[in-house]
Amino acid sequence: VQEMDSASSKDFCTFLIYLSVGERIKKPVPLQEQTVKDAKGRYQRFHGAFTGGFSAGYFNTVGTKEGWTPSAFVSSRQKRADRTVLGPEDFMDEEDLSEFGIAPKDITTTDDFASKAKDRIKEKARQIAGVVAAIPGTTAFDDLIGPSKITVGVELLRKMGWKEGQGIGPRVKRKPRRQKPDPAVKIYGCALPPGLSEGSEDEEDEYQPENVTFAPKDVMPVDLTPKENVHGLGYKGLDPSQALFGVSGREHLNLFMGGSEDTSNLLGDLRHSKGRKLGITGQAFGVGALEEEDDDIYATETLSKYDTVLKDEEPGDGLYGWTAPKQYKSKKRSEREVKYIGKILDGFSLASKSSTPSKIYPPPDLPRNYRPVHYFRPVIAAGNENYRLQKALEESTGKLESDTAQQSRHALNASQRRERLGETGLKGPAPSVLEYLSEKDRERLKEVKQASEQQMKAKILPQQSRNSRFQPASSHDASHKWQMLLGGQLANAGSSDFKPFARNPEKQKRYESFVKSLKQGEKDTLEHYLDPSMTEWERGREQEEFFRAAMFYKSSNSTLSSRFTRAKYEDDVDKVEVPRDQENDIDDKETAVKMKMFGKLTRDKFEWHPEKLLCKRFNVPDPYPDSSIVGLPKVKRDKYSVFNFLTLPEPTTSVTQATNEKVQQNSKPKKPSRWDMSDKEKEKKDSISEFISLARSKADVQQQPPVPATEECGTGPSETLPTEVSLQWCLNLKGNSCKPSQP
Amino acid sequence: DPVQVLDEAKDGVSSVKVSDHEILSGSVDGRVRRYDLRAGQLYSDYIGSPITSVCFSKDGQCALAASLDSTLRLLDKETGELLGEYTGHRSTAYRLDCVLSEQDTHVGSASEDGSVYFWDLVEGSLALSLAVGRGVVQSLAFHPTLPCLLAATEGHVQLWREESFQPQGDPGP
Repeated sequence: VQEMDSASSKDFCTFLIYLSVGERIKKPVPLQEQTVKDAKGRYQRFHGAFTGGFSAGYFNTVGTKEGWTPSAFVSSRQKRADRTVLGPEDFMDEEDLSEFGIAPKDITTTDDFASKAKDRIKEKARQIAGVVAAIPGTTAFDDLIGPSKITVGVELLRKMGWKEGQGIGPRVKRKPRRQKPDPAVKIYGCALPPGLSEGSEDEEDEYQPENVTFAPKDVMPVDLTPKENVHGLGYKGLDPSQALFGVSGREHLNLFMGGSEDTSNLLGDLRHSKGRKLGITGQAFGVGALEEEDDDIYATETLSKYDTVLKDEEPGDGLYGWTAPKQYKSKKRSEREVKYIGKILDGFSLASKSSTPSKIYPPPDLPRNYRPVHYFRPVIAAGNENYRLQKALEESTGKLESDTAQQSRHALNASQRRERLGETGLKGPAPSVLEYLSEKDRERLKEVKQASEQQMKAKILPQQSRNSRFQPASSHDASHKWQMLLGGQLANAGSSDFKPFARNPEKQKRYESFVKSLKQGEKDTLEHYLDPSMTEWERGREQEEFFRAAMFYKSSNSTLSSRFTRAKYEDDVDKVEVPRDQENDIDDKETAVKMKMFGKLTRDKFEWHPEKLLCKRFNVPDPYPDSSIVGLPKVKRDKYSVFNFLTLPEPTTSVTQATNEKVQQNSKPKKPSRWDMSDKEKEKKDSISEFISLARSKADVQQQPPVPATEECGTGPSETLPTEVSLQWCLNLKGNSCKPSQP
Repeated sequence: DPVQVLDEAKDGVSSVKVSDHEILSGSVDGRVRRYDLRAGQLYSDYIGSPITSVCFSKDGQCALAASLDSTLRLLDKETGELLGEYTGHRSTAYRLDCVLSEQDTHVGSASEDGSVYFWDLVEGSLALSLAVGRGVVQSLAFHPTLPCLLAATEGHVQLWREESFQPQGDPGP
C-alpha cells in the first residue's frame, strides 16, 4: 500500500493524511481547548499579535509569583551597595529582552564560533575520532579549545591595518566634502557665490589636521534580491506603533522629505512633536495647554531613540560604490522643476526624460436614445403558430431574431461557400458508390429496376382479375397496393439472406417460391404455392404476409440498394445463378471448326427474351409477351455442383456421321433435323451409344428452352421431367421427326 | 439509357449489324451471335478465331463473318452451316471490315496489305483486288443498291465505281 502511495503520489493528490509506520491518528482537539496561551499560561487575547508592551511583572502586578525581588540590596554601616551603573537593560524584564521586546537578547553564535557548512565534516570526524580514539572522550576537550576561525584574507588585511568597517583600497587624502556638480547636468539659475563654498571649505579644513589619510569607504554589498512580494515598491507596511499610539513618541513621518534619510534622522530624533493639530488621537486627551503630556505608557521604546551620532554628513552619495541613479540633493532639488512630489524610492531617481503619456481614447458617443439598461428580447423562431407574435416583434425590433439568411460565414460548409462564390467545384471522390460502378453495371442496375417495375405494372391488370376471384374483396385493394409498392425491389426480395419465416420452414419455402415466381414473371404465383390445406382466409392472410415481407425487405434495403449492385454471383450462397443455358464446351467446336463442320456442332441456341421496348422499336411482336425476364433466363444452380462444369461429351460417332451428311448436303443447305442424326445413331443399337445418346438427349432437352405455356403447341408440358421426354423420344424412334423446339 | 443490354459475349464485341428483326453481333470471343427478336432466340455460332466484322446478306439468308485468321466465312443463318470460305487477304491484327456487294454476288474484305479483295460469293475465287493504298485499309462500305464502294485508308476515303461509270451532274455553283 505504501508503495502504491509513493508511486501514485506524484500523479494524484490525496486528501488522506499520510501516516508513517506506527503513527496513530491524533484525536482532534476540541474547540474549547483550541486557545492560544503564552509562556506563562495566560490567555493571549491577540494570539501573539500584540507583542511587547508593558505587562508588568506577574499578571500585571509584580515580578514573580513570590513578589518582586529586588536586586541585591545591602545597606549597613559597614557595607554599602556598590555603585552600580545602571543601564537601560536593568529596567527591563524578561519580556523586554525576549524576541519581541525592545532589547532582544538572543544568544547567537558569533562568527568565530559559528559552525560553517564545510566544518560539519570536521565535526563528524571529530566525533568519530572521539569514540574511536585511544582514550575516548579526550577529543571532546579539543572542541572547546579551537582556533578562531578567521580567514586568511581577513588576517592579512588586519596585519596591513584594516579594520572592520573600512573599505579596501588606497587611502584617500581627505574626505571629499562636497561633490562637484556634474558637468553634464545643467543648472538653471544662478550659481552659488563661489566664495561661500570655498570659504566654508576652507573653514572646515582648518579643523582638520593635514596629511591625514583616511581609509576608503567600504563597499556595501549590493542587494540584488528580486522582489518576491506582491506589494508595491517602497511599501513599508503599517507601523503599528504609529498607527495605534498617535503622534508622540514616534518619528514623524514626513512625506515631503527629500534627500537622504540621514539628514532627516538627525532632525527627526530631536524633534519634539509638540502639540497636535488634531483632536483626539488616541492619547489621553484633556491635557492642558500649559502642561506637558505624560509620556505614552504604551509607546514602544526603541533603542534607536537613545542612539544618536553627532557626525558630519557623510560626503558622497551614500551608495558606497554602487552605481545607482543618483539621488538628488535638496539643494539641487530646489533649482529643478518639481515634477514629482513624493518620496523617491531607494535606488530610483527621477527620469530625465518623461515618458510619452499613454493615449487616452475618449469614450464613444452615446446615441441620444441610448438607455444603459439591457432588455432581453424573446427569441422566436419563424413558425406558423406564432406568426402574429413574430410579426409584432418584427415591427418593434425591426428584424426577426432568428434570421437564417444572415449566417455567419462559419455556418456554411465548403460546398455552400463554393456556390455563393460561383466557383467550380473540385473533382473529388465520388459521393455515391454508384459512380464507381462502370457504365455497364449502372445500366444493368437501372434495367433491373425498370424491369421489375414494369413487371409489377404489367402484373397488376391480370392480377386484379384473379384476385377478385380468389381473394376476399377487402384485400383486393391491399394486394394491389402491395404490388405497386413492391416495385423495383422485388429483384432483391428473393435473397435467401432474408428469411422472414425462418421458424416455419414450410412457410418459408412457400414465401421463397412466391418471390421466385414473381421474379420469373410467371402468372401463377400464389395460388400454386399456397398450402391447399389452409382455408381461403388463411391463404389470403399468408399472401398479405408475403407481400408485407417482400415490402419490408425493400424498405430496409432501398437506400442501400441504390448504392450497391447485386453481385452476379452470390458468394455466400450455395446456389449460384447461372444462365440457364450454357454454351457448350469449346473443344468439340474447335474440332468441328477445323473440320469445317459448321452447323449443328458449332451452333448453340438459347431462348432469349428481348426487351419489350426493343420489340416496339423493331416493330416486331413480342415473342414472350408475358415474360418479365430480359435476356437469357437465369436459374439457380448449386454453386459447387459438378454439373456447372460438366459438359456432356459429344460422341465421336456422331461427328463422323455428320460428316457424311454434310457432304451430301453441301450444295443445298437443308436444315438437318436433330432427330435425324440420332435416328441414325439409334440404328447402331449399341448399348453404350444408346446410353450416350440418352444422356445427350437429356442434355439436349435441358438446352432446349422450355417454351412457356402460352406458346406450347401441344407437344408436352414444359415443366415435365427430362426422363419423361426421353421416354417420349424413345417412343418416337424412327422417322418421326418431331420438332419440339420452335423457332 | 439503353433499352436493353446484351451481355452474353465473353469478350469484346467488334461488330454489330441490325436487320429488321435481328441483331447480329460478332465478338472477339470467336462467336457470332444472332438475336432474333421475332422468335425470341439467340443463336450463337462458334467460329474459332476472333471475329472482326459481321455482315448480313441482302437476301437475309446468310451471314458473313470475318475473323483474325485471315478468313471470311459465309454462314447459313438458319442452321449455322458453312456456306463459303474466302481467303487470300491478310487480316491478323486489325479490325477490318467486310462487305457484300449490292446483289450478293461478291464478298469484299479489307486487308492489311493495302488492298481490297473481292471474291465470287458462290465460287469463292478471288475476283478482284483493288490496290487502295499503302497502309492498312480498315473500313469498307458498299452501296446498298449501286455498285459503289467506299474505302478508307490512312486518312483518305476513296470512292470506287465501276469502270463504265460516268459521273453525272456538275459539282454545283
